[in-house]
Formats: sequence, structure tokens, C-alpha cells
Amino acid sequence: MDFPKWTIATAAAAMRRGEISSVELVRDLAATVAARDGDINAYLTFDEEGALKAAAAADARRAAGEDGPLLGVPVAIKDLINVAGQPCTCASRMLVGYTSPYDATVTARLKAAGAVCAGRVNMDEFAMGSSTENSAFKVTHNPHDLERVPGGSSGGSAAAVAAGEAVCALGTDTGGSIRQPASFCGIVGFKPTYGRVSRYGVTAFASSLDQVGPMTKTVEDAALLMQALAGEDPHDGTTAQEPVPDFAAALQGASLKGMRIGLPKEYFIDGTDPAVTEIVKAAIAKCEAAGAEMVEVSLPHTEYAMAVYYIVAPAEASANLARFDGVRYGHRSAAADDVMSLYCRSRAEGLGQEVKRRIILGTYVLSSGYYDAYYGRAQKVRTLIRRDFSEAFGKVDVLLTPVAPTPAFKIGELQDPLSMYLNDLFTIPASLAGLPAISVPAGKTAAGLPVGVQFIGAPFADAGVLACARAFEVVNLS
Amino acid sequence: MADSGFDVGYVARLAHIDLTDEETGLFSVQLGDILKYMEKLKELDVSGVEPTMHGHGRVNAFREDEPVAHGNRDGFLANAPGRIGDEYRLPKIVEDA
Repeated sequence: MDFPKWTIATAAAAMRRGEISSVELVRDLAATVAARDGDINAYLTFDEEGALKAAAAADARRAAGEDGPLLGVPVAIKDLINVAGQPCTCASRMLVGYTSPYDATVTARLKAAGAVCAGRVNMDEFAMGSSTENSAFKVTHNPHDLERVPGGSSGGSAAAVAAGEAVCALGTDTGGSIRQPASFCGIVGFKPTYGRVSRYGVTAFASSLDQVGPMTKTVEDAALLMQALAGEDPHDGTTAQEPVPDFAAALQGASLKGMRIGLPKEYFIDGTDPAVTEIVKAAIAKCEAAGAEMVEVSLPHTEYAMAVYYIVAPAEASANLARFDGVRYGHRSAAADDVMSLYCRSRAEGLGQEVKRRIILGTYVLSSGYYDAYYGRAQKVRTLIRRDFSEAFGKVDVLLTPVAPTPAFKIGELQDPLSMYLNDLFTIPASLAGLPAISVPAGKTAAGLPVGVQFIGAPFADAGVLACARAFEVVNLS
Repeated sequence: MADSGFDVGYVARLAHIDLTDEETGLFSVQLGDILKYMEKLKELDVSGVEPTMHGHGRVNAFREDEPVAHGNRDGFLANAPGRIGDEYRLPKIVEDA
């Protein structure tokens, strides 16, 4: 089979049957990246030798009688997740030359399951952005239209999977960074409940929001990756103690029949691209035809979510990114003559414009005299947003919304930071409330651009959200 | 919440980032717009509302305070941009007496 067609499930099955080895799969992957990535620019680094070594080890495990859904499967890694011995630049000049001294917990879990960490993919610098244009190194192109962005910040992950240059990928989502690029590139992107997956070894952007999640070709693959990723981690005190369900089992026989699906009226507003509205409405009709009951609900504080997010996330980022000061790792200015100028100049030279903008915004909202007016108030409004969702989940099983107000936009089209931020309008509220949410492909515009729909679930209803997405995937394909 | 005196240069110094004059000018305008957008939050009455610090309810996670060796000291030191032996090299902080 052609490399671009492999899913986790089909690749694992083929390896189980002895039709292909992990080494052959990784060789095909390397050849596909070599052939296609000149157009897409999804990868920052691809260590073929290291990946082949890991693949050979997976093949040896299989030969010794081991089996598993990820054994020998290559996974593309967003460039802010540490894999020991690999670079981890976060798409920033600040971290050129950095070599990870340890594995993130998600990496260690993938390796334990026999997955091959094959290649590091592009992103907005330190995950700040919605188009991957903020990468310090390259602009990634949307495989469906090379003149358009893949979305962001996990744009390299989404583009690699959509272009068939990866079987699957890991992304991270702080305000929509898995779901929006998944929608733009026509793949599945799942942000788990906050605390479901460890953040240890994942370069922190906004610690109360960041989650790692799967970016895949099918919902089934997302469930298979989640099984390996999820669970409590002694290295991350914010991971949840809730038992991890069997995600793949939850997909068996998944059905929309009798499901109560909430349509929050605040997400169906003027200003959304008509092509997006049309596709989302068609998705709603398909759910209804499949026996789901559609219920209009209200999340009255939705309109405040953007303002809350762009206070909370930069505030946390300003604290988290203080570590990049040129002392222990990362870029150090050659022009510094005392410690203070070493900090200030290293950061000036190493960080890109959007990162500086957000650090300054975050520093300001936390600064003396403004803390209560901005950060304190934003945290209280965040509570109101969470309450909206709790009330809605008293009436419905899951919510259905658009993922983003538009399909993929053109490279260079959005220049003003505020209009770029508005891209995250429909993904931010679930992030603030820590809820599981998924983007599933729903259709394409007349111009051939993919559009996803978002399903949002109650806290720790991750398996339920995946099951609902799987059921939608089936009715949407038929 | 409105702040007519938003001084980008001052905040950049707090954040330990040297900005060029160009960046200072650009950020003043852009961050001014963004802060104006934040004014929306003033519409809401939040008295008596508890703040949300995290995405879920778990507040504290305690464990025994037991030191463990990380195991890859050399790997961490190898990333140092300035180093003398096993120590980080930096410009002098404390003046000689």
C-alpha cells in the first residue's frame, strides 16, 4: 500500500499479518517526506537513522511475540515535545542547537507502546499563533491549497498527516491549536480533558490550558493514541486521578441514535463564513437523520471568552517563558556585558515578534496595579464560562459547533494580531473550561477547502466525545 | 481598566526584553487595541464569583519530598550556552568588595 494511505489501525494490522515491517514502513515514510515535503514544509527535522533504529527495535519486539496497537507505528512529533537526543526548538531561534536530555511523559508512553518518534514538525513559535506563520524557520503550506495556511499552532502536525507524510501526529492545544489546524487540513484533532494527559516535558505555554492530543486520519486512530497517552503522571501534579477508560472499546457500535446534541446559539453567529455555516448545518442534519435529538442551548458568556483567554494565556506565558534567559540553555547574546543585558538581549535576539508581544501583554496584566483589573477579573469570568457549560451538560450529552469561523485563509492574509486571535473564537471556551473537544472533518467548500465540526463534552467524557465523533464520521462518509 | 498610560518600554523592562524603537511603537498600538478589546470584561458583575485557576477541580497534589537523581546531568550541561567544567558561566553579578 502507498505510504500516504496508512492509518494506525491498518498499519498495525498489516504488521501483525507480517505484510510489512516497521523498518519498511519508516523507509516508506522517509521516502514520502523526501518526495513531498518540499511543497508542504511540515517537517523541521527528520532523523531517518534514529527512526530506523527505533523501528528495528519495534520489529524485534514483535518477533519476540509482543503485539500492540502502536507497536512499530511512526508518529510525527510537534517540535515542543521533548524526545531524548532529538532537537526541540519550539520553532524558535531561542532553542537552535538544543538537544533534549530527557523524554516527555507522552514520549516515554509512546516508546513503551512501541511507537516510533519519527520526525519533528513545524508550529507557531512556542505554540503562539493560529497559522504556523510564526515559526522562526519555515512557512508550512496547507496540502489542500498550497497558497493557504495549515492553521496553527500545530500546523506542521496537521499538514503532515493531511499530506500523507505521517501516519499520525501529536499536537498540543491551548486555545484551539489542535482543533483549528485539524479543521483547516481535513483531519481529526482531539483535545483531551485538561489533566487527562501529562504535560511533563512539553514546553509550557499556558499551564492551566495546555493539553497534548492526537492528530490523525480517523477517530479510531485518535482513540488508539489516547490509550497510550492518557493517565496520571507523578511528574505532573495537574494530571487527573480518574481511571483511564478503554477508548477503542467505547467506539464499538457508537451511534448517534437517541443522543442529545446541544447547539449553543452563541456559536451560530453572523460573521462566520457562509461556506462554513452551510457545512455545519449539513452536519447537524446528518446527526438528526441518524436519530440524534438536537437541542438549542445557550452559553451566555461565550462572547467574553476571547478576552479572558488573551489575558490568562499571555499571563501564564510571561511566567513560563521567563526561563528562556540565555543562562542554562538556549540562545545567549554575544553582545551582553552584564547579567541584566544578557537576559534582555538574549531574549530580544532569540524570541520572535508574536512571542514578545504576548510576553509583554502577560507581564502587563500581571503587573502591580493591574493584576486585579485584568488577571483577577479574567479568572472570575472564566468561572462563569465553566458554569455555562456545566448547565448545558445538564440538558445535553454533547455540544456541536463550528471549529473556526472560516476555512483556511491565505498565507500572509491576516496581518493584525487581533484578527488572527479571532480565529480561536469557537475553540477557546472549551479550553478555558478544560473540556474534551474534537474536530472531525465534515465537508469541503466549493473551493475544495476542508471544514470540520467540533464536538465538546463534559469533563472526562473523552471516550464519549470520541464515540460521538466516530458515529458522526460513519454517517458523514455514508 | 482603561489605561491611557500603557508604557510598553517600562513593561518590556519588567519582562527582560530589549525592544527596538520600531517594536515599541508597533506594540504600543497593537497592545492598545487588544487592551481596548479586554474592556468587554468590565460589563460583567463578578462580585462573589470564585476565580478559576485551572481546567479542573484538583487543587493540590502532594507527594513525599524525596530527592532523586535525574540520570542525565551531562545532557543538561551540554545545552549550556556558557560553561566552565560542570558549572554555568555568566557575567559577574556581585561586585568585588
